[in-house]
Amino acid sequence: MLVGVSIVIVWLLGAFFAPQIAPYQPLAQNVSARLQPPGAYLWGTDELGRDIFSRVLYGGRITIPAGFLVIAVGATIGTIVGAIAGFVGGVWDELLMRITELFMAFPTIILAMAITAALGADIRNAIIALVIVWWPSYARLVRGLVLKVKRNEYVEATRCMGASGFYILTRTVMPNCLAPTLVLTTLDIGNAILTFAGLSFLGLGADPTSPEWGRMIAVGIDYFDQSWTWLFPGMAMATLVIASNFIGDSLRDIFDPRMR
Amino acid sequence: MPIYLFIFRRVLVTIPLLIGITLVSFLIANAIPADPINANLPQSQLNNAELVAAFRAEWGLDKPPIEQYFTYLNNLLHGNLGRSIKTRQPIAEDIARFLPATIELATVATVLGVAMGIAFGIISAVWHNRPIDYLVRILGLIGVSVPVFVLALIGLTVFHAQLGWVAGPGRLGARTPEPPFFTGMLILDSLVSGQWNTLGDAVSRIIMPSMVLALYITGLISRITRASMLDVLSADYMRTARAKGLRERVIVLKHGLSNALIPIVTVIGLSYGTLLSGAVLTESIFAWPGIGRYMFRASTSQDFPAIMGVSLLIGVIYVVVNLIVDILYYFLDPRIRAA
Repeated sequence: MLVGVSIVIVWLLGAFFAPQIAPYQPLAQNVSARLQPPGAYLWGTDELGRDIFSRVLYGGRITIPAGFLVIAVGATIGTIVGAIAGFVGGVWDELLMRITELFMAFPTIILAMAITAALGADIRNAIIALVIVWWPSYARLVRGLVLKVKRNEYVEATRCMGASGFYILTRTVMPNCLAPTLVLTTLDIGNAILTFAGLSFLGLGADPTSPEWGRMIAVGIDYFDQSWTWLFPGMAMATLVIASNFIGDSLRDIFDPRMR
Repeated sequence: MPIYLFIFRRVLVTIPLLIGITLVSFLIANAIPADPINANLPQSQLNNAELVAAFRAEWGLDKPPIEQYFTYLNNLLHGNLGRSIKTRQPIAEDIARFLPATIELATVATVLGVAMGIAFGIISAVWHNRPIDYLVRILGLIGVSVPVFVLALIGLTVFHAQLGWVAGPGRLGARTPEPPFFTGMLILDSLVSGQWNTLGDAVSRIIMPSMVLALYITGLISRITRASMLDVLSADYMRTARAKGLRERVIVLKHGLSNALIPIVTVIGLSYGTLLSGAVLTESIFAWPGIGRYMFRASTSQDFPAIMGVSLLIGVIYVVVNLIVDILYYFLDPRIRAA
């Protein structure tokens, strides 16, 4: 867990202080030094002579916030939908959950690809597409939790005290649903980063010049013999996602000891 | 409950979901800010008033949206998915041409991934909290964390470029003759027709992409197998089995695994969706001429009708696979049969 947290912190700091740390501009080309192996340039240069180390640092400023944003917005929408469905019940529950299931019927990246293709390929639309794909799993989880929590006696007690439905939902029910939801968000961040980079890799996210990690790795299809061009951004992603999954797993073990 | 009634009920539940999928893809297709005629017809045909009118009539674009949706459904039921802008072919024909390659790849990957995942999961649960357990768990974590496109590039570099153990990208080398067409799946076709060289080349080329896809599945399945087996292994009937003096292998595999199988089968069904997603990425790296690569090309060239056609198809495949998983429960769990 400590290892996971420190790896994540290293990447966050690297991305945050990229302008201070990076030796070159991420877009600065040096055509006379194309495809240089690591050496004079710490991690080598890409097909346009751009410094890969600098690009990986700057890339963190795109990929990491994108992943966080997808989860933050997706989890919020999903939580609201799930809470309403579970708490109000009846027709609303049926309706909301059927809609949720529809979105879950598509594999994530496929639906995201269709949506970005419809909206036009750029970072903003890729994030919108991923949010549309992401909220249903939260709606499902939170609905289940609300259904379980609202049967508790303390909820009944609050109702007897004359509290309004909104008060009961926000003050008594939701606080008891938060822990598992937060665990899912940590488990999910790695996934969101992977999918966002996957979209960019396919040319449906960040534009080709930007130092987004998935975009940088895509260069490897044409230059896979010059392994440093794609290996370093690839390793950046791999270590970050492994670390965040590791944190998520540890949190789940704490909150759900049965899995240990 | 008799089996046919069980299957009938499951299929009945699936129908609204399938209709919903068509609705979602219709909505996305109509959410494009651009005029659908501009988005669907190549530039050269836009000036031809006759072609534009024909397209408008085919998809009912001059009618209200609800009627448009039914026209769309009707076209779908007749196998009309529209025409690809890029290949100029009907999309249904394109898909029929590219689908066997993807099915072949996905099947090999699933078999590899499920076999490795269950084996690793059992090992991990039996030697719980021993070094081998930690090793398996770390491998599983890497499997689900490292992006498939990075794994694919590493695999190509190490096992093809450096070691030369496997052939490069593509389904067959340029000089390998194609087997006669039976199923479109090269391994089957070359087996049936007895072309052993082709078979060797096809197998050598499918190993890398399928292993890359299989690693993710292995990660998912070894985790759930481990958790599910741990649950089962501490059950009372396991102690009874041990007290009866049964051999450890029988206890773990017969009493343990068969009871732990339900959650594992669920994850296999769910991972099929991930597999199809991964196929888009893997196929584009390995130049594998399947629907994943078709979709990749369609998405980079703004070939909107093709993208919609493929995502509709994949949505349907995904739903059908999960229907099959549901039906498998019937055979795995006697309690469902009794209910």
